[in-house]
Amino acid sequence: MRFNILGMIAAVALVAACETAPKEEAASGGTGGSMASPSATTSAATMAPMGPKMGSQEDLVVNVGDRVFFDFDKYNLGSESRRVLEKQAVWLNKYRLVTVAIEGHADERGTREYNLALGERRANSAKDYLVALGVAADRIRTISYGKERPVALGSNEAAWAQNRRAVTTIK
Amino acid sequence: MTTLVRSLLAAVLFITFALQAQAELRIDITRGTVEPLPIAVTDFVGATTVEQEYGRGIGRVIAADLERSGLFKPLDSRAFIQNNQAPGTLPRFGDWRVINAQALVQGRTQVVPDGRLKVEFRLWDVYAEQQMVGLAYFTVPDNWRRVAHIVSDAIYKRITGESGYFDTRIVYISETGPQNRRIKRLAIMDQDGDNHRFLTDGGTLVLTPRFSPTLQEITYLSYYGNQPRVYIFNIDSGRQEVLGDFPGMTFAPRFSADGNKVIMSMAKDGNSEIYTMDLRTRTVKRLTNHSAIDTSPSYSPDGKYITFNSDRGGSQQLYVMEASGAGVKRISHGKGRYATPVWSPRGDLIAFTKFTGGRFFIGVMRPDGKGERLLAEDFLVEAPTWAPNGRVLMFFRQERSKADGSGGKSRLYSIDLTGHNERQVITPLDASDPAWSPLIP
Repeated sequence: MRFNILGMIAAVALVAACETAPKEEAASGGTGGSMASPSATTSAATMAPMGPKMGSQEDLVVNVGDRVFFDFDKYNLGSESRRVLEKQAVWLNKYRLVTVAIEGHADERGTREYNLALGERRANSAKDYLVALGVAADRIRTISYGKERPVALGSNEAAWAQNRRAVTTIK
Repeated sequence: MTTLVRSLLAAVLFITFALQAQAELRIDITRGTVEPLPIAVTDFVGATTVEQEYGRGIGRVIAADLERSGLFKPLDSRAFIQNNQAPGTLPRFGDWRVINAQALVQGRTQVVPDGRLKVEFRLWDVYAEQQMVGLAYFTVPDNWRRVAHIVSDAIYKRITGESGYFDTRIVYISETGPQNRRIKRLAIMDQDGDNHRFLTDGGTLVLTPRFSPTLQEITYLSYYGNQPRVYIFNIDSGRQEVLGDFPGMTFAPRFSADGNKVIMSMAKDGNSEIYTMDLRTRTVKRLTNHSAIDTSPSYSPDGKYITFNSDRGGSQQLYVMEASGAGVKRISHGKGRYATPVWSPRGDLIAFTKFTGGRFFIGVMRPDGKGERLLAEDFLVEAPTWAPNGRVLMFFRQERSKADGSGGKSRLYSIDLTGHNERQVITPLDASDPAWSPLIP
């Protein structure tokens, strides 16, 4: 039951986030709402008294944002991505026992091997920024999936933009 | 008068004979378009029902091989006037000229006393009325398809002057499921799609398999234990072994032409560099040192050079360096991004994937970067691999997928170096990352 409520919160947060971040809308599984605004979580809280367990993946997804996005064939972090990572760093410095893997991904508009290298670069961009913000490097491992694990389906710009990402997952 | 006529006749006969000797049956496969050569492939004869069954199967495999090459047009056996003739006797060439066969393949299968299968064949030039090649093979009966491919290679070689590619196998990635939960398995099959089998169960993501020139091994990328690393798979034993002990992801592996080395990329701290490993000593040598992405390395057949993919110039381009890593030179200068360079087994060309204007292409260029030719184009085509004779390429083509997860179908195709004769290679499921084996030793 508690799990279902959590699912609802994530879903509500996702819808709310869509108003400010339209790029997010095709994210699947309720884990795509990386930039949930405070107002979204507030409205969710009125539906369910309990929020995600502190320091959990759900907490990271709903209250911090678990992913950042990249331009085509790029791995530099934009201002929005840096804002999300800054929140992740605060969160990781709060939950010091948590270790994470950052998964780097690419869209399908590239060759397989180059995209593996590109995904590795993206994951490391995110990692490097977190480390610069004081998160211990040995708490973060990186893994590249290249174009093998798209989150948004469909061969279109909106889906590709969602798939060029680095996702922080708790291990 | 009579003597004059007679000597004239002799001269005419002599000239005709000389012309025939010169205008030997031959296909020039370097030409862009070739009118397929009409060839009659008869069922191989046998004395018993079992032998006849092998004979029929062998004839059909040969005809299918030759047809797929695009260079031959096997004639419908129902038009044959003279079928099932023993290869020891001279064919009635007139009967074959009537149906416009320019070449004729006849053969015999025989189960010899020790249980082995004896397969003999003859290739005839129907107009010259001459035997072009005649050979016999012994094998275990289960191996009859291989013998058929070996015969096809002998025919191809005799008529084109180039070695064939029919007695070969393809290793590739079999794919099922939606794009975001794709199940990928290593699979292997004969070049004609027969003898298909899966080598892994799909529990672990596997990518980019490549054949060893010794053929018993495949090198590939596996995500076993969520650690993407280069592995070697032994086809006979099924044993999988991680290659080396690297601190980061290893990927993009390829054997050297002598089979003694595997060249690959290793990514550490986000930077991909090219490394080579000597399989006998297991020593590892780093070959590039650049903050750019350096990947998809491929040795030249003589082992002296390496072509690879790098974005050190600002965008993905093809480079060539010496085997030591020295003397890096950019070779691609066209519009767009270039990737996946693969050196031809003949050494004369490098095949690649190109991405420009929102479209992908399969192309070839000379190792100095000149003479670029594009052979195939689509929404996504990728991963060219060479037939061992360097005359045919295989690659995969993936369709667009829809937002509901449908579409995105992925299949293997072969195409002649001339850009003609594109054929789908039939696989039971979706397919990608093909790798052509050398001729089976």
